[in-house]
Amino acid sequence: MTSVVNRCLPGTPFHQRTAPLVEGQTWRRWAGYVVASSYELHHDREYHAIRSSAALFDVSPLFKYHVRGPDALRLLDRVVTRDVANAKVGQVLYTPWCDGHGKVIDDGTVSILSPDFLRLTSADPNYRWLGENARGLRVTIDDASESIAALALQGPNARTILEHAAGTDLSKVRFFRLTNAIVRGVPVTITRTGYTGDLGYEIWMEAQHALPVWDAIVAAGAPYGITPAGILALDVARIEAGLLLLDVDYVSARKALIEQQKSSPLELGLEWTVGFDKPAFVGHEALLAERARPAEWRFVGVEVEWEPLEALYSELGLAPKLPTTAWRTSVPLYAPDTDRQVGYATSGCWSPLLKRYLTLAHLEAHAAEQGAALEFEVTVEHRRKRARAHVRPMPFFNPERKRA
Amino acid sequence: MTRANGRYDAIVIGGGHNGLITAAYLARAGKKVVVLERRHLVGGAAVTEEMIPGFKFSVFSYVVSLLRPEIIRDLSLPTHGLEILPLESTVTPMFNGDYLAAWPDADQTRREVARHSLKDAEAYEEYSRLMGLMAMAVKPIISMIPPDPTSLSPRDLRGLLKVGRHFQSLTEKHFHLLYKLMTMSSADFLDEWFETDVLKATKSASGIIGTFMGPRTPGSAYVLLHHYMGEIDGAFRAWGFAKGGTGAISESIGRAAKALGAEVRLEAEVKSVRTSGGRATGVVLANGQELEAPIVVSSLDPKRTFLKLVEESDLPAEFVGDVKRFKIRGSSGKVNLALSGLPDLTCLPGMGPHLRGAISVSPSLEYVERAYDDAKYGSFSKRPYMDIIIPSMIDPGMAPPGKHVMSIFVQYAPSTITGGWDNMKRDAFGNAVIDAIAQFAPNIRDIIIDRQVLTPADIERITGLTEGNIFQGELALHQLFFLRPSPGWAQYRTPVKGLWQCGSGTHPGGGIMGAGGRLAALEILGAGA
Repeated sequence: MTSVVNRCLPGTPFHQRTAPLVEGQTWRRWAGYVVASSYELHHDREYHAIRSSAALFDVSPLFKYHVRGPDALRLLDRVVTRDVANAKVGQVLYTPWCDGHGKVIDDGTVSILSPDFLRLTSADPNYRWLGENARGLRVTIDDASESIAALALQGPNARTILEHAAGTDLSKVRFFRLTNAIVRGVPVTITRTGYTGDLGYEIWMEAQHALPVWDAIVAAGAPYGITPAGILALDVARIEAGLLLLDVDYVSARKALIEQQKSSPLELGLEWTVGFDKPAFVGHEALLAERARPAEWRFVGVEVEWEPLEALYSELGLAPKLPTTAWRTSVPLYAPDTDRQVGYATSGCWSPLLKRYLTLAHLEAHAAEQGAALEFEVTVEHRRKRARAHVRPMPFFNPERKRA
Repeated sequence: MTRANGRYDAIVIGGGHNGLITAAYLARAGKKVVVLERRHLVGGAAVTEEMIPGFKFSVFSYVVSLLRPEIIRDLSLPTHGLEILPLESTVTPMFNGDYLAAWPDADQTRREVARHSLKDAEAYEEYSRLMGLMAMAVKPIISMIPPDPTSLSPRDLRGLLKVGRHFQSLTEKHFHLLYKLMTMSSADFLDEWFETDVLKATKSASGIIGTFMGPRTPGSAYVLLHHYMGEIDGAFRAWGFAKGGTGAISESIGRAAKALGAEVRLEAEVKSVRTSGGRATGVVLANGQELEAPIVVSSLDPKRTFLKLVEESDLPAEFVGDVKRFKIRGSSGKVNLALSGLPDLTCLPGMGPHLRGAISVSPSLEYVERAYDDAKYGSFSKRPYMDIIIPSMIDPGMAPPGKHVMSIFVQYAPSTITGGWDNMKRDAFGNAVIDAIAQFAPNIRDIIIDRQVLTPADIERITGLTEGNIFQGELALHQLFFLRPSPGWAQYRTPVKGLWQCGSGTHPGGGIMGAGGRLAALEILGAGA
């Protein structure tokens, strides 16, 4: 008797292409799919492709929702914090969205594909949330998470490669704008977006036509150093870019077990995404009230200083031990020379490009001034020590080509 | 251990898991304790018996989730043989040939529920999270000795204050949710969350286990929560199966109690509790032997303890009235099968991980409610709700190699069936169970080697549990916490000084939880015994 139950998590629509490339069977779970952690045994070449040539990511596991109808703009305007109602067709908006108390549920992008057709991407499922907020509106909501496949092509050569693959000029597509194109006969939407803080695009297509698009981009990219890259490389790049991650840098208000686990957009450094002047959206009143108060928390970049870190190791006759991959734990941050904890870092990595130890951190507002000194907890040979750290401007890395 | 003339510091009546736990804790505190068990083996409703050579049945109680981890730690139960294996999935076959599964992983379950409803798949995660939170909120109450809300003693006031403060710490939203759980029917409560009928049916079924309520009966929602409080190694909401069957739990506690110095006497039925001047002084056994102790603890259900073992003249009339009114309401039966092979589900043919978990026969809300209708009017359910597991799939030692045992919890089988239970009704009940399974696993009749059908009357006859209710009293809200078993007597004490209670009929009640056994022992020791 063999079982008809197949509980194996599926691969993405690109699995046929990606699976043979994963040298160490290093898969990880993402939103109910398995994707490559890294293709090669070490992710460093994949990381450097992002910054020096072009890296190709399979980002299909993102949740995607198609909102259609005369009130499509109104629905998204009601749900997210950005001003969607006044956005133009062809725009892509990065935005968080909140519960009624102004606490962030999730974040993602809204693509205005036409006046009555929008696509929302998200890290968590949001079909029910959209539906609950759509009462009385003339919209239909489709979960396109499985039917739409997505690739991210990121790096300085991304434009050239994609122009070859799509046979079209992309120089007019500005940062956070989109265009439609045909790649090897497959209609695709190209958005100038990404999760690396570099020049880059994301390519959206029907899942059943995913493979020819992959093949076309890989073929076009061969002369330009295109490199399939996994989540480990992406994680380093997104920290350099100061981009936060749900379940790592913040807890969804929907999943928080206690109030203090929740964060508002203001506390996450996303004040710029809040359309305070919009007529009404979920969490509006709470956010207006919060803006009027002094901030309690800030989300900032914190750099752990090299020399003090090196000193902690050299005291023991050791070379500094640096994280080989980005970490996702919570590390206490203290006010200098005190035992007072003023915050915690939630992500961190050694930047192979900048040669700096970078972290993303939640700090009490008074301790979060630019340049403010902190102490970062580090375990050196099984002993807890503190290394000097400073609040630094984010993004840590912000090349001109990103917007050029 | 025994003093020459049969004198002990404490006598525990009944060798079920709670009685053994009380004895173990008392022995651990240095007391000379004896446990008196009527049957030839310990366990009460938590026994494993080899009814057919090679086939081991968890005869009555069959899964465990609520056994308190502090008891496992305090009594070092794993060193005495306890091992609880995970039982993580639930599959509900549907009439249309489809099924609904809940797998151990959230992603797997989300994909599965999304086959039925995308909305429900998302609601499911939120529901589980909130029920987990609610279980967290109620957990401290389970671990505490219930205060008497009518008492002004400092201890009761402190206890009430603690409960009050605890409720204050809940957010408004959570308080409202708790209120709904305590007042609504499980069907109405689930309607607020889900649209998929089979999902609501399966969830609501866990809200009727051990009760004489249907999914549409107000108050049944609370039981949803009661079953969410299961905890294994600190992980909420995980159900498990004891290696060797539920009897292995009782045996491990028995071994722990003996290692701590307690004596366990089998085939030692207690006929009555002896009193003198309003104080318990010992017990009289059915064989006429008398044992003396200043402390007598009964793990039997309240009706059996107070209406059969104690002279009515030793008790206040009002209390006797309360005990008589205490609703036991046995509502379930048990069928155990010895099988030559595995059932082949129409919806999921063949071998698979679904056979290592529970199979819930709850294809629709109406099915479950109709099962209740039969019981309401004095009959067993013609098409019953069933919670089925195949223990041999989890612990191969439960059956000979290649063979299997099946444990079927059946509801409803009212103890108060019209005309009373007899052999013909038992057979008809057993046949109804097999017929109901055959709807979803047509090969079931071909693989049955033998069957054991247990009506509530059988359960009462074998275990002594009044009305054959393994929970020792319905898990209705009006019979829990400071009302369990009787207002004013919820602190394991009784109107007879020196006579204590520790069974499932006391707070927090129900399931192989052991909290009653432990808390009673702590209360006895705290009383300076």
